[in-house]
Amino acid sequence: MKNSLYLAFQYIWYHKIRTLILVASITIIVFIPNGLEKLITESEVRMMDRAASTPLIVGEKGSSTDLVINSLYFQNEKLEPVSMAEVDELNSLGFGYCIPILTGFNARSYPIVGTTLDYLKFRNMSLLEGKKMASIGDCILGNNVAEELNLKAGDHIISSPESFFDFAGVYPLKMKITGILNPTNTPDDHAIFTDIKNTWIIMGIGHGHQDLADETDPTLVMDNKDGVVTATAKVFMYNEITEKNKDSFHFHGQQKDFPVSSMLFVPKDEKSLTILRGRFESGEIESQAVVPQEVVRNLLNSIFRIKQIFDGVFIAVGFATLLIFILIMTLTIRLRKDEIKTLEIIGSSRFKVAGILSMEVAIMFITSLAFAFILYLVSGYYVNTFIEKFII
Amino acid sequence: MLRIQNLYFKYPKSEFKLQTEDLLFKKGETHALIGPSGSGKTTLLNLIAGISTPLKGSIKYKDIEISKLSEAQRRAFRISRIGFVFQDFKLINYLNVFENIMLPYRINARLKIHPKVRARINTLSEYAGIDKYLSKYPKNLSQGERQRVAICRALITQPELILADEPTGNLDPKNKKKILDLLFKYCKEEGTTLITVTHDHELLPDFDEVIDFSKLLSEDEIEVRTNKTNREP
Repeated sequence: MKNSLYLAFQYIWYHKIRTLILVASITIIVFIPNGLEKLITESEVRMMDRAASTPLIVGEKGSSTDLVINSLYFQNEKLEPVSMAEVDELNSLGFGYCIPILTGFNARSYPIVGTTLDYLKFRNMSLLEGKKMASIGDCILGNNVAEELNLKAGDHIISSPESFFDFAGVYPLKMKITGILNPTNTPDDHAIFTDIKNTWIIMGIGHGHQDLADETDPTLVMDNKDGVVTATAKVFMYNEITEKNKDSFHFHGQQKDFPVSSMLFVPKDEKSLTILRGRFESGEIESQAVVPQEVVRNLLNSIFRIKQIFDGVFIAVGFATLLIFILIMTLTIRLRKDEIKTLEIIGSSRFKVAGILSMEVAIMFITSLAFAFILYLVSGYYVNTFIEKFII
Repeated sequence: MLRIQNLYFKYPKSEFKLQTEDLLFKKGETHALIGPSGSGKTTLLNLIAGISTPLKGSIKYKDIEISKLSEAQRRAFRISRIGFVFQDFKLINYLNVFENIMLPYRINARLKIHPKVRARINTLSEYAGIDKYLSKYPKNLSQGERQRVAICRALITQPELILADEPTGNLDPKNKKKILDLLFKYCKEEGTTLITVTHDHELLPDFDEVIDFSKLLSEDEIEVRTNKTNREP
């Protein structure tokens, strides 16, 4: 046994590159389906956790998947907005309360989530440092955002313009970071939270500029009729909300008409939720309400179906690899016929020769399985990062 | 010591047959088997080694009737008493020189590896002039050096009988002489019997006995066999 193992090892060591190619092929074939299984299982758990913690999402009619993905993971799918009036309407029904969410803007590639302090309370989010946002112009950062951008409470972050060529569009807004959130291992770690009014300012619905009443420069005013002053493009717009200019910030139009991407609805109890869903389904309320768990479950079912196809592919590839492996071993044995005959002539039994060849195969398979297992463990270590970066 | 009597052997589905009179190989003597290709020289070596078994007759080594041994017994007989030297050396390319010489100990559980074996490898390699190459692989050696390694492998088990199938067939004249001298020297010193198949007639005077296989066959048989095949059956 010991000598067979020794000779098998000598053979493998001598043919390092050939062995390495075989081992790598087997490792990949063993690892990929298992790694994928782990990734999908972990993703499922993470996605379902997030979905299960959100009873109902309300938004404009359209893709329920987009609505859920946007509301739970703050992905940049542009949603048709609903108005703040609908938030007020739902709140007035007495079944629970609404948390408005307005997304679609970024700061250094991280999504800005315009919401209310209720969101933090609803998600049980706590502060690692600093304090919650207290006035417009303030924001708090998810833990990963702070870590990756190396920002702390007291620093500032500027929203990214939607388009560099849209000069008349969204102005970048410099926000003051008042706090950093504790890690939650959810998409909240990768978001910047601010008051929804700030998001409206980023959208251009509200703004602050120099006081035209105090200015003497006539080129700043385009029209002044019945107390309504129309400014020219020359007027200086503020891109940061400070104590000094805070009062100059104002919104045009009525708040009830301002947009909201979606609403998280927190029902008083199960009965309230059922009644409310009934009203949505009967068309009494025009927008759509979705239970995130159901949507995510459907989404995962699609992923599972794709995974089943992949599994089939992997079985076929695995079978092909096995056949190639058998072919290689058969050809190798044929090439080594002379060597095998020599071993038998000088005193080896056929059993011993078979033992040596089996050891070679066993070493290659065990090494491959060991490598696949190591890869599995390593991928397990990085699976959360992978999920956060590429899946949710 | 090794006595062959009334031997008859025939390969299945082949016209080839080997039939010999009584042959006697004494301890410590060197014997050359010569004759045309296909005359049965290698077949005789295989029969002596117990790789093939005769249809009739007897091959007796001391008191052991080789042809009556089981396969496992014949294998044990081979490993303990016979050393093989081949024309094309048959070294294992993935083992270095040291491990090639050690090979019989690695492939047979009857032979135990102990420090004396390692010491003997060193002594033999010095004896054969290959002690500098112990860590090298066969591909890095010359033909003559490879045959010396093969001889050391044959001698490591201290065989009583060496069967060499054209050991000088792949060597240049200078190396042929050296290799045979090495084998002769060892056989004289250790009292080992050497049976060698050879086509090198200039080397024949060095042997104690020359057995000409062409004399074992009729003129017709020689003609038929040499025309039919260029290799030993």
